[in-house]
Amino acid sequence: MKYKNKSNLTNKSQLGLIAFRFSKNKLAMVGLAAILLLILMCLTAPLFISYDQVYKQSMANRFITPCAEHPFGTDQYGRDLFARVLYGGRISLLSGLVVVASAMVVGLTLGGAAGYFGGKVDNIIMRFCDIFMAVPRMLLSMAVVSALGQGTFKMLIALAVAEFPNYARTVRASIMTLRNQEYVEAAKCCGTSSARIIFKHLIPNGMGPVIVSATLGLGTTILAIASLGFLGIGVASPTPEWGTILSENRTNIRHFPHLGLVPGIFIAISVMCLNFVGDGLRDALDPRTKN
Amino acid sequence: MSESLLTIKDLHVQYNTDEAVVHALNGINLTLKKGEALGLVGETGAGKTTMALSILQLLPAKVGEITKGNIHYDNTDILAADNHNMRKIRGAKIAMIFQDPMSSLNPILTVGDQIHEVLELHFPEMSREEKDQRVDDILGLVGIQKSRKNEYPHQFSGGMKQRIGIAMALVAEPELLLADEPTTALDVTIQAQILQLMQELQKKFNTSMIFITHDLGVVAEFCENVSVVYAGEIIETGSVEEVFARKRNHPYTVGLFNSIPDLTTEAKRLIPIPGFMTDPTNLPVGCKFVERCPNCMEKCKVQLPPMFGAGHKIKCFLYEDRGGNA
Repeated sequence: MKYKNKSNLTNKSQLGLIAFRFSKNKLAMVGLAAILLLILMCLTAPLFISYDQVYKQSMANRFITPCAEHPFGTDQYGRDLFARVLYGGRISLLSGLVVVASAMVVGLTLGGAAGYFGGKVDNIIMRFCDIFMAVPRMLLSMAVVSALGQGTFKMLIALAVAEFPNYARTVRASIMTLRNQEYVEAAKCCGTSSARIIFKHLIPNGMGPVIVSATLGLGTTILAIASLGFLGIGVASPTPEWGTILSENRTNIRHFPHLGLVPGIFIAISVMCLNFVGDGLRDALDPRTKN
Repeated sequence: MSESLLTIKDLHVQYNTDEAVVHALNGINLTLKKGEALGLVGETGAGKTTMALSILQLLPAKVGEITKGNIHYDNTDILAADNHNMRKIRGAKIAMIFQDPMSSLNPILTVGDQIHEVLELHFPEMSREEKDQRVDDILGLVGIQKSRKNEYPHQFSGGMKQRIGIAMALVAEPELLLADEPTTALDVTIQAQILQLMQELQKKFNTSMIFITHDLGVVAEFCENVSVVYAGEIIETGSVEEVFARKRNHPYTVGLFNSIPDLTTEAKRLIPIPGFMTDPTNLPVGCKFVERCPNCMEKCKVQLPPMFGAGHKIKCFLYEDRGGNA
């Protein structure tokens, strides 16, 4: 992976090269900046507004349109929408991360083993994954929630179960092309165990497509969490979560459109930015797109 | 010096594919003494690499099968050893250098880490400082600045990568080194450097070595003994002096010699061996070389010749009546 005569680049690691290529993609950088800003805002929410405001009802202050005191206005119970959206973002974004991270751990382990060993192991693992892939994600989540009862944790499990086969498939495909590489044989010749070859040599080399699909998956997962919240089977009201907030306000959108717009825009921005980042990563990880 | 390190007896290996059964090795006998460098010469597909992989028990699972014979390494029956014990042998006792240095290093680990890993696997009790020291030492020995150990394989040239491959193979100080065409992928000038380096290190560590190559010149330079492999059989074996004296050779070896240029005689054309290597899915009953042999006799077609001679042995009926003493 040599860069054209740029001697300062030949001294960079692979990661350095990828970061360099990523940084040249403006849209992806904007997306990354926006996402980081959003995360930072959610993390530092107490600096802007106190947590009490999330639940503090005030009948005198219902349906206030955005103003200096309430930047995003207030809802039907007079709760500050700015506080709800900001603290709700913590739940939305964190839930998305938890789902994707746990799906990745399971997916990489299963997919890694399937791709490396092949044959029967591969068949058993992948058919197991097919079972989960055959059921639509929403349906699966609803089924899990109705079986186990409503709750944030149960919803996360349901989404992770629906998500992990994606990563298993992706990493399996990468590993099947990598497992015949000579460095794998070299590692075997050094006495390396199968588990070590999978986790130290194969998965890191096959991570490219997985990282991309995880970034994009983060977007769709956040959307799925919001959808479940909107349908009333995700995070339960009054706990703020973007989809739940949207759901709470849906009857009043006609007269007070900001109630729907604000959480909607936050969902849209975070999903869109994650998609930009995912696209940028895909281009940066693919050496053929270098110029 | 005379104690034998590796003994292979009547080794048969076949690859079972969906289309056909490929008879890759057909009765290989081989003994390697401690500190000996043996050259294994033969054309592509003769079974040289299969032999190396059999010794490490790394034949492709399900496809590659050892049907007959045994391999003993220093009183260990390799074929009976389980996976756990084999892992302890690989890298620590028997190490391998690969043909293509470009693809035999993991692109996302630093070269220092990759050498370090061998030590982690085989010397878990060694302290981190000691391991680092060993990595620095071995890099110094193969002529790579130790300051470069935190760099990635793509930052090195092909020759340097092969040096790193050698460092990886030697860092655990194995007793046997399998070098599978270690210079084939390199430029001629780099080849010479790498060979010299390997020769130095082999002497220094007193490692036994099986050197697989198609290059007779390299063998003459580098090895004490040479075995010529054809269609999964060793058809001639002896010391480099005896074989390269060209007084008596297997017709195949003669063909190999004729197909390389000679500095002392003038020739317009080299003489190639006619035909292709016999189809390993459908081997002849007698001598495997009959189809291409200029000295083929009726007997050769029906009967497999045994090894004739002591010391310098040739598997050919031409040397039968001379009682092996030419």
